[in-house]
Amino acid sequence: MKILVCVSKTPETTAKISFSGTDFETAGVQFIMNPYDEWYALVRALELKEAHGGSVTIINVGPASNDPIIRKGLAIGADDAVRINAEPKSALTAAKYIAEYAKTGEFDLILTGKETIDYNGSEVGGMLAELLDLPYISYANHLDVNGTTAMVSRDIEGGTEQVEVATPIVVSAAKGMAEQRIPNMRGIMMAKRKPLNVIEPGAASDHANVVSYEMPQGKTAVKMIDPENMDELVRLLHEEAKVI
Amino acid sequence: MVLVLADSPNGQLKKGSFEAVTYGKKVADAMGTQCAALVLGSVNDAGQLGQYGAAKVIHLNNDQLNNFDSQVYTSVVADVAKQVGAQVVIVSHSSAGKSLIGRLAVRLDAGSVAGVNQLPTVDGGFKVKKNVFSGKAIAEYEISSPVKVLSLMGNSIPVEATGSAVTAESMEVMIPASKVTVKDRKTIDGTVPLPEAELVVSAGRGMKGPENWGIIEELAAELGATTACSRPVADTGWRPHHEHVGQTGVAIRPNLYIAAGISGAIQHLAGVNSSKVIVVINKDPEAPFFKAADYGIVGDLFEVVPRITESLKKYKAAN
Repeated sequence: MKILVCVSKTPETTAKISFSGTDFETAGVQFIMNPYDEWYALVRALELKEAHGGSVTIINVGPASNDPIIRKGLAIGADDAVRINAEPKSALTAAKYIAEYAKTGEFDLILTGKETIDYNGSEVGGMLAELLDLPYISYANHLDVNGTTAMVSRDIEGGTEQVEVATPIVVSAAKGMAEQRIPNMRGIMMAKRKPLNVIEPGAASDHANVVSYEMPQGKTAVKMIDPENMDELVRLLHEEAKVI
Repeated sequence: MVLVLADSPNGQLKKGSFEAVTYGKKVADAMGTQCAALVLGSVNDAGQLGQYGAAKVIHLNNDQLNNFDSQVYTSVVADVAKQVGAQVVIVSHSSAGKSLIGRLAVRLDAGSVAGVNQLPTVDGGFKVKKNVFSGKAIAEYEISSPVKVLSLMGNSIPVEATGSAVTAESMEVMIPASKVTVKDRKTIDGTVPLPEAELVVSAGRGMKGPENWGIIEELAAELGATTACSRPVADTGWRPHHEHVGQTGVAIRPNLYIAAGISGAIQHLAGVNSSKVIVVINKDPEAPFFKAADYGIVGDLFEVVPRITESLKKYKAAN
């Protein structure tokens, strides 16, 4: 089974977000592999490979400064990696670059995280599936493959849905798929010798771009209420906040 | 034309659909055009969407559309969008909508923005805002293509029933065969799913054990709220996985979020910080959650939570 895992670079969860003009201020920000790509998509891909054989390739769209993040994926256990040497300007351009590569590889499974923790769009998986004309199962909390049949359980509002679908497919991975793996020293050493192929991108147009950023309005200071006087809380929720 | 796909999980039109049609009507007004709603599969009373501003309701009442398959739905929605000449296609940012938006954007050669929470501005370019960095910032996008696709975050706009029901009509659309077979579906009956809930009562490790959840359920019942929990509580199996709110769980934006015994780690805040009003109950006055709260109560939740339930009862009896 050939598995392609799409990994994105995101600011670390606790990073302070600021902007200089219309650009995201990267100074002092630590970047990581998008947690959903790493914990759920990549680790489940490795588990499936361990159970069924095959290979796991990770793909990233980004500049050379992303290489440490890609190497981490190799250290966790991916066999090889591809970096499309382009700034991922939008979900659509990233999806087009990845689809272009995926067409050459005959992958049985293409996995992404459920969304990235920076732009929170959840779009790339669906775009890839459409560009490749494949079924797409999003927010999967479980994925098993038997021959060419995939059994996927996915999150829906207030519950889960189980579906069966023939591979090749695109799946976005949510909590429940797998548990985080910490790379060990052997993995880190081996990662240095694993192939990381850099591919120059073709042309990719898009139609939606960020034109400006703003910070959310700061919360007004918290109003502390006497724990003995919950009538006051109910009054405030009704009269001041108007939520009940 | 603005085309809104109305979600109908289990054959039911829900609040998310009414919000999406309300939003679609306002977008249509701003653009000087009309809003059409699209309903797929067996659904009762699709015409009610007229009340929320749909000038036209297209209902494809076909059994092949009862189960959601992003590939089939994309084909059908794109076909309808072309037939009605849609300039904007709107879906809910729901499990179905999130699977669809990227596909639709590719199929319609459209620019897309996922998870918008405000109305667009349409003079001098089509611009629309959404929360990014898990609610730590807001980005404004400009969409330059003739067709635009948006997914609307739940609880972003109040439902407005200003119109009247219309008679749903059908349309000739090719429905491709689905490659996905639904084997089983399990949903919790009787409660409002978390992404749609306007009032949420949530609790964390401060509860000490699952046997203590009665006070949370009583408060939720008194409020008519949905219950939620923090990650450690779901991970240890005290509460079901689908109740977990936060970055790795469900992201929600209710009108009221009451958090008892949750310290407020940044990963938890990322999933709830778009709530309109946050009430935090914690015995530790240094709990970081108080910085994100509107109302704070420092005290023992085993005393404070039942007291809130009692005060609500008194308030209800008096009003």
